[in-house]
Amino acid sequence: MMEHIRTPKVENVRLIDRTAPRKAMVGTLYLSATHTIFVENNPETRRETWVLHSMVASVERPPTTPSGSHLVVHTKNFQVVQLLIPQERDAMDVQASLARLSRPEKYSELYCLSINPNANKEEREESWSFLDLQADYRRMGVPNNLWVSTPANSEYRVCDTYPSELFVPKSATPPVIVGSSKFRSRGRLPVLTYFHQDTLAAICRCSQPLSGFSARSQEDEQMLEAIMKSNPGSDYIYVVDTRPKLNAMANRAAGKGYENEDHYANIKLQFIGIENIHVMRNSQQKIIDVGELKTPSMGDFLWGLESSGWLKHIKAVLDAGVFIAKAVAEEGISVVVHCSDGWDRTAQACSVASVLLEPYYRTMKGLMLLIERDWVSFGHKFSHRYNHLEGDPKEVSPVIDQFLECVWQLSEQFPCAFEFNERFLVQLHRHVYSCQYGNFLGNSQKERRDMGLRERTHSLWPQLWKDRAQYANPLYRADHTQTQGMLRPNTTPYCFKMWKGMYNRVEKSSPPRQTPTDLLTAVREETQQLEEELTNHQEVAPGGTAQPGTKQEDCSPDKSGSN
Amino acid sequence: MEFAELIKTPRVDGVVLRRPFLPTVEGTLCLTGHHLILSSRQDNTEELWLLHANIDAIEKRFVGSLGTIIVKCKDLRVIQLDIPGMEECLNIASSIEVLSTLDSVSLMYPLFYRPMFQVIEDGWKSFLPEDAFKDLESMTEEWRLSDVNKDYSVCSSYPPLVAVPKDVDDDTLRKAAAFRHGGRFPVLSYYHKKNGMVMMRSGQPLTGTNGRRCKEDEKLINATLRAGKRGYIIDTRTVSVAQQAKARGGGFESEANYPQWRRIHKAIERSSILQESLIKLVEACNDQSHSMDRWLSKLEASNWQTHVKEILTTACLAAQCIDREGASVLVHGTEGTDSTLQVTSLAQIILDPACRTIQGFQALVEREWLQAGHPFQQRCSQSAYSNSKPRCEAPVFLLFLDCVWQILRQFPCSFQFSQHFLVLLFEHTYASQFGTFMGNSASERSKLNLSQKTVSLWSWVNRPQEVERLSNPLYEANCLVIWPSVAPQSLLLWEGVFLRWKRSSRCLDEAYDEMVHIIQYNKELQNKVNNLRRQLGAGEQED
Repeated sequence: MMEHIRTPKVENVRLIDRTAPRKAMVGTLYLSATHTIFVENNPETRRETWVLHSMVASVERPPTTPSGSHLVVHTKNFQVVQLLIPQERDAMDVQASLARLSRPEKYSELYCLSINPNANKEEREESWSFLDLQADYRRMGVPNNLWVSTPANSEYRVCDTYPSELFVPKSATPPVIVGSSKFRSRGRLPVLTYFHQDTLAAICRCSQPLSGFSARSQEDEQMLEAIMKSNPGSDYIYVVDTRPKLNAMANRAAGKGYENEDHYANIKLQFIGIENIHVMRNSQQKIIDVGELKTPSMGDFLWGLESSGWLKHIKAVLDAGVFIAKAVAEEGISVVVHCSDGWDRTAQACSVASVLLEPYYRTMKGLMLLIERDWVSFGHKFSHRYNHLEGDPKEVSPVIDQFLECVWQLSEQFPCAFEFNERFLVQLHRHVYSCQYGNFLGNSQKERRDMGLRERTHSLWPQLWKDRAQYANPLYRADHTQTQGMLRPNTTPYCFKMWKGMYNRVEKSSPPRQTPTDLLTAVREETQQLEEELTNHQEVAPGGTAQPGTKQEDCSPDKSGSN
Repeated sequence: MEFAELIKTPRVDGVVLRRPFLPTVEGTLCLTGHHLILSSRQDNTEELWLLHANIDAIEKRFVGSLGTIIVKCKDLRVIQLDIPGMEECLNIASSIEVLSTLDSVSLMYPLFYRPMFQVIEDGWKSFLPEDAFKDLESMTEEWRLSDVNKDYSVCSSYPPLVAVPKDVDDDTLRKAAAFRHGGRFPVLSYYHKKNGMVMMRSGQPLTGTNGRRCKEDEKLINATLRAGKRGYIIDTRTVSVAQQAKARGGGFESEANYPQWRRIHKAIERSSILQESLIKLVEACNDQSHSMDRWLSKLEASNWQTHVKEILTTACLAAQCIDREGASVLVHGTEGTDSTLQVTSLAQIILDPACRTIQGFQALVEREWLQAGHPFQQRCSQSAYSNSKPRCEAPVFLLFLDCVWQILRQFPCSFQFSQHFLVLLFEHTYASQFGTFMGNSASERSKLNLSQKTVSLWSWVNRPQEVERLSNPLYEANCLVIWPSVAPQSLLLWEGVFLRWKRSSRCLDEAYDEMVHIIQYNKELQNKVNNLRRQLGAGEQED
């Protein structure tokens, strides 16, 4: 990458504070193979600002002023770094270098692949075994006498964007599996993603059927029938098409579309109306603009928020999750979810439903596993959607951003329900874009295997786990009512807020803004030290733990016995 | 007039009550002079006791002989009563209508209410101007307490005692009063201990179209300036509104006559516009459609958040002039009883940590709103649902509380009280068993002899159990000036008031309880450890 750096160092650069433009730090700007680094001259503070090249979304250069050339760097996590460079030539060089460095053409140029994989070989290998997807299926009780593992996709024979290991209804024979996959876009046949042990209802996912106006597939019809039969006691299933009905109908002209209720016995078709990736891309750009407005009036802000449509889309995704979760937990009905290809809206709807249904997915490890399952393993196209390499801008779309935001909106409604805090979500978002770890490279499990990413890069998950103290929600308690069972969020429009922690992080205040999270975290840390001190003096009975109050005593003996 | 004459049907059986978040109850409806009561004989169902004064509007509907009355309360709650029998329903409805709109002060509930709790400290005596002045005296000798208004003849909306510059005599005050709207001559609102700068407030100067001037008024406010220093006059109105006021005899301070003062105009709206905004906001919150676009556009169209932003911005400006610029400030709008008080009281929350305590906040409300002559009775006689033509109603104080909530939310550890206290004040300004917010000025309250005839809200609030309920577990005394962000992204809709009856707060309440637990448990352990350390220390000494 070094050959793309035209100017490795520029002196007397000003880093401008956008909230107080008159305040600026003077320092030196360095371009390295991986980062843009600004180091303040002031010998007392020497503050450093680092921006990873892969996080750079764009670099603007407004017209040169008498005091120099401005460079405005927008990052993929919606931060803005504004620099003033004395010489126009230097500014142009920096801009050109960054333009190239921030848009790698090959995977090998990415940060995670630029480091020697064998430097920490053992640590690297260990990092990839941190999460075990199969163990999570076993945690759900799968396989069982209803759902079994099929070898049909080993070596990615029926679907190259699916994981090699798939769970299907026990009654689905190999011809049904293969036939169904042939009748689905890109071979993405209906398979299990979540199994609800209490009701025996399941969430399955797939892509749209190749039904056009009249085509049908006996095997695909049998597949959906088999899914229904894998839920004893139910006599129909829901097919949730997460697209607006109009879009789904338009697809029929191209030989695709949705299930004809006359051909599939015992299905109830439900359209949800989540918009496509292009609408979402434009909408996010608008809400980023709202976050960057300099001194908006309240009217500007609310109008911008409304016309971006962003919260409306977030609500649609959450509503989809709520519909699925209610069907599974309250009605005990299995749900088959699809959109067009079944890797964007389907991933959103299924993973939101899992978060609502299953307390485990509201823990740090659980959310990691959920992303690993519904997004990574099922072929969400990370490298295309998050622009890892120079490519088609029409493929880019903030699909997982919306999932993470749904989780954030939920955490605002259920402050005790999540083990992690906002910072965890913001950090996950960052890593989806940054490519510092190999987890999100490529567009499918097969691509990652072919690239040998496990051998060449490290996994993000153990790193996040190591830093879990800073991502912990102090209000979370495993035995709290909010951490039990299903979440039933209110999705009335007034329950949605703009995610300031994501789209409007710049704002400063004096004295620094206090957050209850940080304060309570500090209190809990102190509490722990006090407990240790007391335990050392045998003041605390052996049962005493880090849990606040005396709530633990409320647990009935039989309940604690069964745990 | 006897209440009995107004109650056409005192009692109906078999009435079904539906209200937010509580199960439906069937029981007996009773009307008394001041309350609408619904009780069922079953255990563990909560009775309804609703003050007629809390009722803002009612609607009647009939299906066959079953009548339904929708009761819309000033605290924004909406409840439904299903009453069997058309005649009973009509009687109840018309009785409620009359009882909830009685104008006669002598019939108001606080005059009938007898406290069921022991008054430890009489709230009517808790915040006397004399006591507040003692604090000021300990900081500066430049001010005196004048009793020029002892019989309310100089200014009917001022209290008998006001703080004014020491060098200005009562005669000057009288002349300045004649030059200010409503006789509201400039008086001390706040003294900033850190640098000795002050904030004053008044009504607009009566310059009229001819540009009248008043030497005494100029002398009065110049007396607050240090040699060579300039002050700021913050006019809460836009230039054009202030210009228009000249035609009606009002106006603003001209540069020529007040050369030592720089005038800044802001744009806080007049009270009638604020009332309209409240009505629109509440309507938006009650809209049942589930469209995001519609909600956001209605929220925007209500302009409520714009008002919050404008008021906070102006308060920050006043605070900035005092703390950052080291200048004294005079704040006024037209009458000096509404937007002026929003600004002066919020500026004190920003500047003065004492105002962020439970007692200090009461003192602030007492000083800057009650004593300062905010016409509570006029402003709060109707709320967002009323169909009758608004007269002087306006949510001026509610907007102030909303702004305090915004600051509290941004600085969750800097306030001794939680939002419960703000919600409680909102409720009691509109309907109360206490006399605190009755009347429109100190003079009216004194004529009604309320301190003898009614109980003060502060007597209730300042009991230990209530103080505990209103306390903020995160509070850590903070002696700093706190600068809230007034960016629109930082200002949220106050759910605790506007969505209170729309969405359940159970999960948020649980989070709050959890927070209290974490902090209490920590304190318990700290005590234990301290004891242990003390014991160990003592043990070592014995050895």
